Amino acid sequence: MDLIESAKTALWSPAELNQRAVEELLGRLMSRAVDVGELFFQSLRSESWVLDDGLVKEGSFSTDRGVGVRAVTGERTGFAYADDIALPALEQATEAARSIARAGQDKRVAVGSTSRVAAPARYPAIDPISTVDEAAKIALLERVDRHARALDPRVIEVNVRLGASYETILVVASDGTLAADARPLVRLDVTVLVEQDGRRERGHAGGGGRCGLDWLLEGDRAIGYADEAVRGALVNLEADAAPAGPMTVVLGPGWPGVLLHEAVGHGLEGDFNRKGSSAYSGRIGEQVASPLCSVVDDGTLDGLRGSLSIDDEGCATERTVLIENGILKGYMQDKLNARLMGTRSTGNGRRQSYGHLPMPRMTNTFMLAGEHAPEEIIASVPRGLYAANFGGGSVDITSGRFVFSATEAYLIENGKVTRPVKGATLIGNGPEVMRRVSMVGNDLALDQGVGICGKDGQSVPVGVGQPTLKIDEVIVGGTEA
Amino acid sequence: MTEVTDVSRGILTSVAESEAKLKSLVASILEEAVRAGADAAEVSASEDCGLGVTVRMGELETVEFNRDQGFGITVYLGTRKGSASTSDSSPDAVRDAVRAALNIARFTQEDPCHGLAAAELMPEVLPDLDLYHPWDVSVADAERLALACEDVARDDARVVNSDGASVSTQQSCRAYGNTHGFIGSYLSTRHATSCAVIAGEQDRMQRDHWYTVARRADALEAPEAVGRKAAERTVARLEPGKIATGRYPVLFDAPIASGLIGHLISALSGAALYRRASFLTDSLERAVLPDCYSLVEYPLRTGGHGSAAFDADGVATREQAFVDGGRVARYVLGTYSARRLGLETTGNAGGVHNLDLEGPHRPRQKLLAQMGTGLLVTELMGQGINLVTGDYSRGAAGFWVENGEMAYPVQELTIASNLARMYLGIVGSGDDLDRRGNLLTGSILIDEMTIAAG
Repeated sequence: MDLIESAKTALWSPAELNQRAVEELLGRLMSRAVDVGELFFQSLRSESWVLDDGLVKEGSFSTDRGVGVRAVTGERTGFAYADDIALPALEQATEAARSIARAGQDKRVAVGSTSRVAAPARYPAIDPISTVDEAAKIALLERVDRHARALDPRVIEVNVRLGASYETILVVASDGTLAADARPLVRLDVTVLVEQDGRRERGHAGGGGRCGLDWLLEGDRAIGYADEAVRGALVNLEADAAPAGPMTVVLGPGWPGVLLHEAVGHGLEGDFNRKGSSAYSGRIGEQVASPLCSVVDDGTLDGLRGSLSIDDEGCATERTVLIENGILKGYMQDKLNARLMGTRSTGNGRRQSYGHLPMPRMTNTFMLAGEHAPEEIIASVPRGLYAANFGGGSVDITSGRFVFSATEAYLIENGKVTRPVKGATLIGNGPEVMRRVSMVGNDLALDQGVGICGKDGQSVPVGVGQPTLKIDEVIVGGTEA
Repeated sequence: MTEVTDVSRGILTSVAESEAKLKSLVASILEEAVRAGADAAEVSASEDCGLGVTVRMGELETVEFNRDQGFGITVYLGTRKGSASTSDSSPDAVRDAVRAALNIARFTQEDPCHGLAAAELMPEVLPDLDLYHPWDVSVADAERLALACEDVARDDARVVNSDGASVSTQQSCRAYGNTHGFIGSYLSTRHATSCAVIAGEQDRMQRDHWYTVARRADALEAPEAVGRKAAERTVARLEPGKIATGRYPVLFDAPIASGLIGHLISALSGAALYRRASFLTDSLERAVLPDCYSLVEYPLRTGGHGSAAFDADGVATREQAFVDGGRVARYVLGTYSARRLGLETTGNAGGVHNLDLEGPHRPRQKLLAQMGTGLLVTELMGQGINLVTGDYSRGAAGFWVENGEMAYPVQELTIASNLARMYLGIVGSGDDLDRRGNLLTGSILIDEMTIAAG
């Protein structure tokens, strides 16, 4: 059965809704001076298991379903939702949403009539919660725990969390859109605490993607996260105070790409640029980064955490070139901002749930590989910081200021990585820092699949990535002035 | 003026009527859990509804109605535990959720610390905390108020753009019950006005905001005052100056000083302590603040932002000090973490309720004079706080202070130290209390931190 039919069965059948009833509701939504009306049906099932103190002591299961109703007229949006997919609740939400616009006559709306070319599926439509039974999930957590504890006697606590969810969406809009998606998402997180001579440090690693839980069971994937978490924690046991002030910084490959998410990505989301509130507003065609930098947002990569077959407005995701050889090429768009800016959606319209309005959001955002070997990059630095891993970051898109926090860092002295230093926040201005990128590695890597991006109170899963990068000057926020 | 139908009224009057319904839902879910084989169970249910209206550049931008309901259940089979939650409260959904929670409990492992809090810890009477004051504001009125707010902010010629102004009202009903027979519920409201504007051109743009929040609409700051403050804060950031990397005293402005107290509460929380994942592990009786300061919780304060008569385990809350005369008087504990530590719960499952920093608060001007030369921080960025070690390193912006006077704005800085040192290094606190949150404090002056600047 195709995705649309199975989504209709899952979301409409319990309420005895059908396409004609939904089209009638859309017609009522459009009865006023509304440019675009949209109904977003969603159901979500999720499950998590937590191991603490060597025992799987907690588990939880949750379900949520509902429908978001949106009426857009010009720059105005009316929005309401119901956490009950039933006709009375839908009618009430429709009345509320359309109150944004002036009165008019009912319109006839038909959806799904245009010949549809299905977007390619970027992941299988499987519910990961049921891909593996409970006993196997628990055995996985216990195996990771035993492995982490056996690695080093200094490991005093291990926390392992396994999460899986399955989301079904169905988007129906007055522009003819009738689109559905079924999205699996899994992740495993390992956090360890190590202690030596009264000093304690924490380490974390994890991974996941849009796939079944069996993916986490393959080979030594989950064990690898335990190795990584313990290694990171032990490194920090030896770390000295970090330096303070501007210095050359080399960022490792993969997750440190959170730099691009903050320094570039958010500032290139269509809403901020339509409103002129981004440091990158009105600068398409300008040199906004060093010519070594090419940055893309790509939602089409198979099975990645940030990937989507279609976005939450029913548009197929794309590979959007944001910066090419340092020149600003384009913004990430949803339908509303694309229409107001006279362009088209790039498949970046995302929402946390039916209870939130969609807006332009990133998918997987990363910098393309350059030509230098990572060793050459390190060797070129007389004195600097090598930041191998990060926690999170944030950005003020208007001034361009951004921060991100290193959780594993080392000094570089005379072209060699020497001793570890404590984590520290790095701060800079996006366009300025991007112009100071002076070497780009040939070792592009994407993160392992644990990223969460927050914007206006909405969280969505994302991916980041980059090769090893050298930035000639960034402010390092250590304590050693 | 836009023509808007007033559908808000029909949607917004429903929560008060749902309190009894929600309590009986909790009772029926508990019955179902017992019938299905649970030895004990606890249920929280909620219903919220609200309206938010945003204007931008003098025009209505969004009207959002929200209405959410849902419940979560935890069941126990002996000392094994399972949880489930759903947004659907139909009888079928209740049965499914109970079954899902029980299924999980069959697979989890025994933990003697699991289970309900002792029955005698539940409150016998629930005081009226004066938290529910619905605001019958129409969409058109909310739009008018938001426009008035943004208009004032945009009156300043240096304000060139806007991220908009919003007026919102939220009502909420919460109910909690467990198989001891306790069921408690309360209604609350929360209304807010906020505004964010942009000053300066192209690569010199600065943005800032202000907001007011209250349980009663008539306790909100006037929209015009919010707009004026948003504009003042934004233009004050224009033309930032430079400082040199070094060690300086740092004054945390009241709206962000509450974050410092929040980290202290996190470090004293049971979940971090029993895992030994806090820099304040084994800190009972230890001096963590100068001896003139105490941290006291007032859960039953009428109209407070954090007021609650019982915690997330149904345990009665009480007035208590976590830090008394600078020393740790007790940890912040729920039922489970207390059992793990061999202590008694403090009624703080789910967090603290109205926490005040008490001490010799002084006018802010005196704190600036005391600091002499240093940094007034008005904005913090990023999550560079390590509660295991206390290491603190965050992005900051604010004002450089010379001879006790604000000299010029500064930004793109980091401030770094260790929280344990910072708390003991508090050398002054302001009487400029920020009353918008659950943690009540004025500005806080720290003797020395490392500031990195470009």
